[in-house]
Amino acid sequence: MSGSHHHIRPKTPQELRTAALETVLIEKGLASTDAIDAVIDAFQNEIGPRNGARMIARAWVDPAYRERLLADGAAAAAEFGYGGMEGEHIRCVENTPGVHNVIVCTLCSCYPWPILGIPPVWYKSPPYRSRVVREPRAVLAEFGLELPEGTEIRVWDSSADLRYIVLPMRPEGTEGMSEEDLAGLVTRDCMIGVAVPRVRAVAG
Amino acid sequence: MIDRDADEPFTAPWQARAFAMAVVAAERMGVDWDEFRDRLKAAIAARPDQPYYESWLDALEDLTAEPSPSPR
Repeated sequence: MSGSHHHIRPKTPQELRTAALETVLIEKGLASTDAIDAVIDAFQNEIGPRNGARMIARAWVDPAYRERLLADGAAAAAEFGYGGMEGEHIRCVENTPGVHNVIVCTLCSCYPWPILGIPPVWYKSPPYRSRVVREPRAVLAEFGLELPEGTEIRVWDSSADLRYIVLPMRPEGTEGMSEEDLAGLVTRDCMIGVAVPRVRAVAG
Repeated sequence: MIDRDADEPFTAPWQARAFAMAVVAAERMGVDWDEFRDRLKAAIAARPDQPYYESWLDALEDLTAEPSPSPR
């Protein structure tokens, strides 16, 4: 067919549907290309798990902040200027030598956006949402996290009313590290609870 | 199995667009985000095995198909 370019991939049904809906929303005055782009940009560049990691590192070095974080997660986030959609009510749950916490949203995908960003696709998938409740130990093992037999695993089901973040234990051997370097150890998965912070070997 | 390779918030650009469209539309309609969230839960419950962002589109179509309520 003339005018066709074999190297251009045909659009998928989802792409076509999304583009059509965008057109409708713009016609209704419910969206604009610029506003959509601005939201995408904010979540790519400003709102993400680095925010939560800074809070965790602060809690590790500042016992008073740790107390405030455990008392009211949203207020502790606000101290850093983090807040907004899906961040109104946040409860921080603390890992201890005997208790490991992991978060899920069994009904959809509730998650504390201002401090963790948008959840990974697996967090929103049926296998994670159902299995982490039923067999958390097996799920954590799939993520490479083998917990001692005696460790109690607590699964926290997020809802529209309450979102969770895990406060991991500070790894041993990090006594001399700065708060900024400590934040670098705290991955998104550590704050979901499917991983724990590890001290990486630092090159010379 | 949990697809741990799907480790990003979005696995295709249209998903990010669908996400942002809902945020913008809810704001412009003046509705609480829970109005969208409730529709998303219902869309997921209705078709539990369809990919997540297709449920998101279902919810967004549902939210925006109705006449706009007056902003609060």
